[in-house]
Amino acid sequence: MHLTLHVWRQKNGDDSGGFVTYDAPDVSEHMSFLEMLDVVNEQLITDGIDPIAFDHDCREGICGTCSMVINGSPHGPERATTTCQLHMRHFKDGDEIWIEPWRAKAFPVIKDLVVDRSSFDRVVQAGGFVSVNTGGAPDANALPIPKAAADEAMDAAACIGCGACVAACKNASAMLFVAAKVSHLASLPQGQVEREQRVWRMVVQMDEEKFGACTNQFECEAACPKEISVSHIAKMNREFGRSVRRVG
Amino acid sequence: MSTMVATKPPSLPARVVTRSIGKKFLMALTGVISFGFILGHMAGNLLIFVGPDAINEYGQKLVDLGPALWVIRAALLISFVAHIWLGIQLNAENSAARPINYRKKAYAKASWVSRTMIWSGLVVLAFVAYHLAHFTFHAIDPAYAGMYDAQGRKDIYTMLLTGFANPIVSVFYIIAVGLLAGHLSHGVASMFQSLGLTTLRMRTLFDRAALLFAVIVFLGFGSIPVAVLTGLVK
Amino acid sequence: MSITVEPRTAPRSTPGTGVPDDKIPSGPLEQRWEKHKGQMKLVAPANRRRYSLIVVGSGLAGASAAASLAEMGYGVRCFCYQDSARRAHSIAAQGGINAAKNYQNDGDSVYRLFYDTIKGGDFRSREANVYRLAEVSTAIIDQCVAQGVPFAREYGGHLSNRSFGGAQVSRTFYARGQTGQQLLLGAYSALARQIGLGNVDMHPRTEMLDLVVVDGHAKGIITRDLVTGKVERWAGDAVILATGGYGNTFYLSTNAKGCNVTAAYRAYKRGALFANPCFTQIHPTCIPVSGDYQSKLTLMSESLRNDGRIWVPKKHGDTRPAHQIPEDERDYYLERKYPSFGNLAPRDIASRSAKEVCDEGRGVGPGGLGVYLDFADSINRLGEKTIADRYGNLFQMYERITGEDPYRQPMRIFPAVHYTMGGLWVDYNLMSNIPGLHVLGEANFSDHGANRLGASALMQGLADGYFVIPYTIGDYLAREGKSEVTTDHDAFREVESQTTERVDKLLSVNGRRSVDDFHRELGKVMWDYCGMGRTREGLTKALERIPELRDDFWNDVRVLGANEEYNTSLEKAGRVADFLEFGELMCRDALEREESCGGHFREEYQTEEGEAMRNDKDFTHVAAWRFQGDGIIPTREVEQLHFEFVELATRSYK
Repeated sequence: MHLTLHVWRQKNGDDSGGFVTYDAPDVSEHMSFLEMLDVVNEQLITDGIDPIAFDHDCREGICGTCSMVINGSPHGPERATTTCQLHMRHFKDGDEIWIEPWRAKAFPVIKDLVVDRSSFDRVVQAGGFVSVNTGGAPDANALPIPKAAADEAMDAAACIGCGACVAACKNASAMLFVAAKVSHLASLPQGQVEREQRVWRMVVQMDEEKFGACTNQFECEAACPKEISVSHIAKMNREFGRSVRRVG
Repeated sequence: MSTMVATKPPSLPARVVTRSIGKKFLMALTGVISFGFILGHMAGNLLIFVGPDAINEYGQKLVDLGPALWVIRAALLISFVAHIWLGIQLNAENSAARPINYRKKAYAKASWVSRTMIWSGLVVLAFVAYHLAHFTFHAIDPAYAGMYDAQGRKDIYTMLLTGFANPIVSVFYIIAVGLLAGHLSHGVASMFQSLGLTTLRMRTLFDRAALLFAVIVFLGFGSIPVAVLTGLVK
Repeated sequence: MSITVEPRTAPRSTPGTGVPDDKIPSGPLEQRWEKHKGQMKLVAPANRRRYSLIVVGSGLAGASAAASLAEMGYGVRCFCYQDSARRAHSIAAQGGINAAKNYQNDGDSVYRLFYDTIKGGDFRSREANVYRLAEVSTAIIDQCVAQGVPFAREYGGHLSNRSFGGAQVSRTFYARGQTGQQLLLGAYSALARQIGLGNVDMHPRTEMLDLVVVDGHAKGIITRDLVTGKVERWAGDAVILATGGYGNTFYLSTNAKGCNVTAAYRAYKRGALFANPCFTQIHPTCIPVSGDYQSKLTLMSESLRNDGRIWVPKKHGDTRPAHQIPEDERDYYLERKYPSFGNLAPRDIASRSAKEVCDEGRGVGPGGLGVYLDFADSINRLGEKTIADRYGNLFQMYERITGEDPYRQPMRIFPAVHYTMGGLWVDYNLMSNIPGLHVLGEANFSDHGANRLGASALMQGLADGYFVIPYTIGDYLAREGKSEVTTDHDAFREVESQTTERVDKLLSVNGRRSVDDFHRELGKVMWDYCGMGRTREGLTKALERIPELRDDFWNDVRVLGANEEYNTSLEKAGRVADFLEFGELMCRDALEREESCGGHFREEYQTEEGEAMRNDKDFTHVAAWRFQGDGIIPTREVEQLHFEFVELATRSYK
């Protein structure tokens, strides 16, 4: 098939950037979206043009590196799919495709479609852990955990930290990302000791990073490649309510 | 690059008002108060269908509350102002979080009303200002100031009949009430979510409840000008 | 495979000065680690902060090591090429992690896990290392649970287990199909905590480009910031490499696109021994290549072979769709050749057989590189629902990628490079022959021999990081004392300038071919000659072709842009330049290991039935290669493997 791509090109963080249109004349429906971009890049290199920079790594939908907004949807139009697992058979001959980076103050553009998501790391560093040192842990079966709690924790822990939730939200809010971690650890007995401290610190850091607030439109949930539910955000709000009373 | 934040928490009120989620709590709580007022106000207004005596009596009872009425009014005003102030502030912060917009944006599930809360809110605010000027302060039509019924009560019944006899006023009123209903359909559901009451199981129920409230509010308020214009109430 | 050249012999390597002491303690197997821990020197808590450690890589091994060492009080710097430590490729492991917990009361024990691992590795690993791995496996599960890793649980609240290939007990712990992800996020959270506390200085999007050795000791590294291009020097008291495997030498593999051999290979060029580079694992059930643009291969769980039947048409070049091929014109070759194991033959055998039928021209799908994995019989027997319950998510993934519905038509599968057992040589303390240079996880060679069992990679990465290096590094530091070397040392200046020169050279070639183009060609050579079936002729041919390709690369590669920017072509160019040297080392190792064992199958060394033939007399050893200079054949050092506790046995799956 023959496609027309409008790709956001931005040399670096200081550059203002803009769209450049490229022709993709010979795209196979079996290609993944990233393979389609690989082929475009090969041609650009042949033509002596700087290839399009985009983040990617595992290409099997789990590392959370790939990140681009395709026709207005983070990771493209398919549900529960990362860009690397999006295949070209979902497009048709003659399509025009707009490709943009995640857009958020907290995710500054590094180059083209590559953004800096270290704000996510700092949110985790603020409290997204159980403070346990290596060694001396009790036997893993010493503390039974109800299956339902373990399953709920796993539902939340499935987050791959890609940032599609932020990209999808009109407020560039990181609530779903933060909530996934808060909910995961709040569901488990191991997370209880630092429960109030954790949510407080993570929310403070989230705000400091200049993510927006939640306006409950749930675009994040629709964009999430792991289909993490916004009920975890409600749970984080509950946890935050507990923490403002008790933390300190 | 931001630095790691200090971990010492401030006082409890500061903990709430300075944080995004705290602000959402306050939005939800002030929204609940406003919503309670709206339901009460609507119930009162619907007395018009019972007759002049019922609605005027209701008005008199409110007046008879004396200082308590002013306390309620003050509380409502504060929560209303806080709701608006926080709304504007959050809206500004949220816009700042996305300095560059997408050239093309596809919405997956965000409803039109949810995306225009700030605008529906501001239009409703303008309407409330007009509405107060109209019926409370009688600034639109000074004749209202002299409207008393036979028992010496404020003649709310006549005020409504006179006011809504003007089709322009009625249409504006219905549009405003429509926007208010839209605002509530998202706002009430959001209230459950923001206060952390929503769970996976209750989510659909809350969403439907919010929609139901919105429809009730629209029909409740909207029925009055319609009734006046169609001559159902004379 | 068709080989057109006359058979010839490549020049042989010469033995060198041998490998250093492996530091394996003596005594009963089960007491060795305890004894060793008791005898190692320690660094007192108050003194630890004086030591600065460099950890390269933030996967299971790197993140767990960096976090654990920082918790102990050492100053730690950690580097990864990814944009966040959480994205290291450990995250992609699906199946699970083994541990000898015996929670299922089915007769598991440390010894049994040890034995299964030794046997699975086809008796090409060290007894003492593997025993230690099995021994610490139980503590890993405890540690992960304490961190909040949401392992699958039974209704009673206890941990659930599943069984995995190569074992007759249920000892595999799992978190849905995302075990690697959850374990990595556990280690990442421990690391994040230490970063937040200021104990670890984390450098994402930073790639190690060389090792700095001063007076024979590893004293630091040279890195390139992938965003700004800044080349920097970092000094430390010890360097820990946890940089993963080199499966991407083949271009197409199940590895992440960024996985590379550069850090390990640079260490090799600075004198570190590279052990058993030819030992690669090829996984039989991957989704086949669909075209030239293919960038990566996707693995599907081996469990599919429980209910799927593998076949190809009997006729060569049969292009009819699967459903039009009648039963008697199908060859269920695994069932035919291995009647007792059938479709469940081990990974290496299943992979090799698929290659054979495709080489005969009976492969299916685009390019004839695929075999059918057919569920029609199982669906008829058990119903579609049962099959959907068992494999629903895998079927979905297959359909997502291929656009074909495996309920209606057979899946097409083909083997793909998956894991590399070889790696930098380390002693019992996980230290390489360069004092101070420690190597963990897939990057070292130590525990899996010639073949790795399923669910053991995660175990080894975390064992090394959480429970081995925190003990053993102290021994080195305590003996060596605080390093006086700073980044102002001449050695740093020299290595940095070599690094910069190399970057400049890559940018200045300005040829016609892209980096990926060279990488693809190298991958094809490696796959054809150093893949599932290897021959003297093929390897000799590869040893001739790779240097030519390397010359072409340095004369004709096109790397656009500059160093001082985010430049993915430049990143890739550096990595591919190293693959182009390293591939040769793999082929050389494969050529000189004149036996078939585990993942290494030399077609000359097989039984009449086509089974692998090990040569225990001549090859019960580790081949560790020592760099002698560019263009010079490296020396092949030998570490004899001693089996004091298990008897060498032959695998048979007939």
